[in-house]
Amino acid sequence: MLFDYPTLKLIWWLLVGVLLVGFAIMDGHDMGVGTLLPFVGKDDVERRIVINTVGPHWDGNQVWFITGGGAIFAAWPLVYATAFSGFYWAMLAVLWALFFRPVGFDYRSKINNPTWRQTWDWGLFVGGAVPPLIFGVAFGNLFQGVPFHFADNLMPYYTGSFWGLLNPFALLCGVVSTAMITFHGAIYLMHRTEGAVQRRTQTAMLVFGSLLLLGFSAAGVWLWQGIDGYAIVSAVDAGALPNPLDKEVIRQPGAWLANYDKAPLTMVLPALAYAGTLAAMLLAVNRATLAAFVASSLAIVGVIGTAGASLFPFVMPSSTDLRSGLTVYDSVSSHLTLNIMLWATLIFMPIIIAYTGWAYKVMAGKVTAAYIRENDHAAY
Amino acid sequence: MLSEELVDLSRLQFAITAMYHFLFVPLTIGMTWILVIMESAYVMTGKTIYKDMTRFWGKLFGINFALGVTTGITMEFQFGTNWAYYSHYVGDIFGAPLAIEGLMAFFLESTFIGLFFFGWDRLSRKQHLLVTILMAVGTNLSALWILIANGWMQNPVGAEFSYVTMRMEMVDFWAVLFNPDAQAKFVHTVSAGYVTGAMFVLSISAFYLLRGRDVEFAKKSFRIAAAFGFASICSVIVLGDESGYTVGEAQQTKLAAMEAMWETEPAPAGFNLIAIPNEAEMKNDFAIEIPWVMGIIGTRSLDQQIPGIKEIREKNRERILSGMEAVVTLEALRKTPNDAALREEFEQHKADLGFGLLLKKYVVDMRDVTPEIIDKAVADTIPRVAPLFWTFRLMVAFGFLMLALFGAALWYSIKGNFADKPWLLRASLWMLPVPWLSCELGWFVAEYGRQPWTIYGVLPTHMSVSTLSVGSLYGSLAGFIGFYTLLLAVEMYLMVRFAKQGPGSLGTGRYDNEYAHA
Repeated sequence: MLFDYPTLKLIWWLLVGVLLVGFAIMDGHDMGVGTLLPFVGKDDVERRIVINTVGPHWDGNQVWFITGGGAIFAAWPLVYATAFSGFYWAMLAVLWALFFRPVGFDYRSKINNPTWRQTWDWGLFVGGAVPPLIFGVAFGNLFQGVPFHFADNLMPYYTGSFWGLLNPFALLCGVVSTAMITFHGAIYLMHRTEGAVQRRTQTAMLVFGSLLLLGFSAAGVWLWQGIDGYAIVSAVDAGALPNPLDKEVIRQPGAWLANYDKAPLTMVLPALAYAGTLAAMLLAVNRATLAAFVASSLAIVGVIGTAGASLFPFVMPSSTDLRSGLTVYDSVSSHLTLNIMLWATLIFMPIIIAYTGWAYKVMAGKVTAAYIRENDHAAY
Repeated sequence: MLSEELVDLSRLQFAITAMYHFLFVPLTIGMTWILVIMESAYVMTGKTIYKDMTRFWGKLFGINFALGVTTGITMEFQFGTNWAYYSHYVGDIFGAPLAIEGLMAFFLESTFIGLFFFGWDRLSRKQHLLVTILMAVGTNLSALWILIANGWMQNPVGAEFSYVTMRMEMVDFWAVLFNPDAQAKFVHTVSAGYVTGAMFVLSISAFYLLRGRDVEFAKKSFRIAAAFGFASICSVIVLGDESGYTVGEAQQTKLAAMEAMWETEPAPAGFNLIAIPNEAEMKNDFAIEIPWVMGIIGTRSLDQQIPGIKEIREKNRERILSGMEAVVTLEALRKTPNDAALREEFEQHKADLGFGLLLKKYVVDMRDVTPEIIDKAVADTIPRVAPLFWTFRLMVAFGFLMLALFGAALWYSIKGNFADKPWLLRASLWMLPVPWLSCELGWFVAEYGRQPWTIYGVLPTHMSVSTLSVGSLYGSLAGFIGFYTLLLAVEMYLMVRFAKQGPGSLGTGRYDNEYAHA
């Protein structure tokens, strides 16, 4: 094996981050477009323009989400088990919101009836807006610790309620996440449209970009002043066989910002969130939309990276049984599985990126009213 | 101890959502290759009608695919939401094929399906055909990885239990990958998908021919479906699940149960064509037996015995007793992990740990185990016989019925006069639901037949669930049933509408019923 166990554990923390960022950039822009759909498209042709900017790609992009889930299952099985069962109703809400997307995209324009089409438009809105909102809320709860513990046989027990997840800080994180995804989607939509749709989208882009900057700053201050972090106080043997019960954890004010002291280079991440967002707004207003998309993608790297770096080495701290909290060291798969999964990712990820790039190249260009007219039976 | 109601509701929810998902998967699997065949004909002959066929059947394929994707996400979520202990206990092995499925197969399928629908005017003929082929390859690879994961549940090879991490860990990836159970299942399952796709095209084409509409289009489609369907049904039957029978104890137990074989008969065993199994007395009240056949099918030999239910139960009793020791020493070992004597004793009984866990359905502490509880656990190791016996037979009967239909369809296609045989066209139309029923029955046999285990011999079903409230389960179950009913109604409405309208829905001006859409 190329890497030893401690190194692989860190690599997988990075890779999960990469997959999460990949999901937010790729599936995120589809979701942002879905969220904007009922507001920037005023008539049926305009709405079909909006939908067809992502029509050929949303399906492939959604696989980032599915593969991300699969990778967490394979690399962090305890996180997958604990988070999905603990956040039961939140996960089902994400799932049921996602139901609207495949059917919404494929079925909407197959029937020429205004009520039918408008119903699906709002379905696509739900499928676009709800998942980022809930993922943001989930992250907000991670920072506060989640009420769960393990029995001695490592059976996870969640002792909180669904409504407990909806606390003010978590809702703020939900706003940050939704703003980020909608902003990113708006920039993509500006790149693929022209005229009235593009103008309306620009307004939305400026609103959500500002909301992202404000929300991200507010969350940072709140985290610094108002939320106790978690820290491991026992010695960490990174190469040990994973056992989440074998450590001592305390709650500590300011612990979530400790990593920026320990490794000042990580300050790049929040800086990237600000710089990426501002640059994207500026570039998009000047119609350099492709560069703006790169910038907003970097902003996503910054925002998600900031969350991950603050939490490190925790993935899912427990608020009720501190030692049960899950970290990058003790929630992972075996050395062999991490190794196999690393190779699978290294081999297939470049191939995926290559053919996804080709698919975008084939479908490149503005989606116009003329395109919708000419492809009345084939387009979404 | 987890309440039995929670376990039953979790099972019910999984069963409903999995079987619902599999209403859409086989058609997707089968249609991809049919589309490849039709489009290849277009690229080779240059005839527009083949392009129209690819596009029209592709449209119906798309309506089906949307629900396949929708309901597939549920399956991935559900291991985490409802089977948390399962996910922890075997995620090290089971998670890997699911993740690789995403990377290797699902990305491929989903990216190229977009170009399949939207790339007609932007790609050359050959490029578009390549896109269609890659979509089909992705779909089939996807099935391969899912069945590698499922095959491991039936025959858990290449893994070992660790008492430190309290889970199964992978020791041999290649054993998991080349699990004979998974390979046999893959061929059987994708072939069943091909049959489903062929039946779909055959039936709807027969409908047009019976109405005398779009005759040329329907004839060409019918011929392709007949040939592809005949080859596929032969593959299902000949290369089917048979080879999996002798692999692993899970399949032996399943085989004994679905054949209602209570006793171990001298080789080669007879085959119960029809029987009335009596579970209480462990015998068949009535049976029509064909001598030799079971032994030959099950072992491909004349001299190997197939163990009967009573023999399997007695073997399992010993494993439960040994497993009890494994549970006791494991629990002690969790408290004093460095005790070398305990560790050695645990190693001796480790292979039977799963059987010991069967007792946890009845007691928390192994000291409370009584002989009656052991009897109950022994009885649990055999799934209920009658449902398996009958669903298996129904599936096989449907298989042969389809063999007859596709045989006739192919025969008259070769002779060229199938369109003049109303009986053949009507039979093709009426048999439309049969492949779906067969697929569902097949999965029922495979999964119900694995009970009481999620992972055979390793993890009992009753220990695999999430520690949720029963109320949550009722709520989510109601939500799934509501959503799925609504989605099925919408899907069927569109499917029937476009199937009835036919290729006129492409709006090319070349077919009947062009304006039904407006």
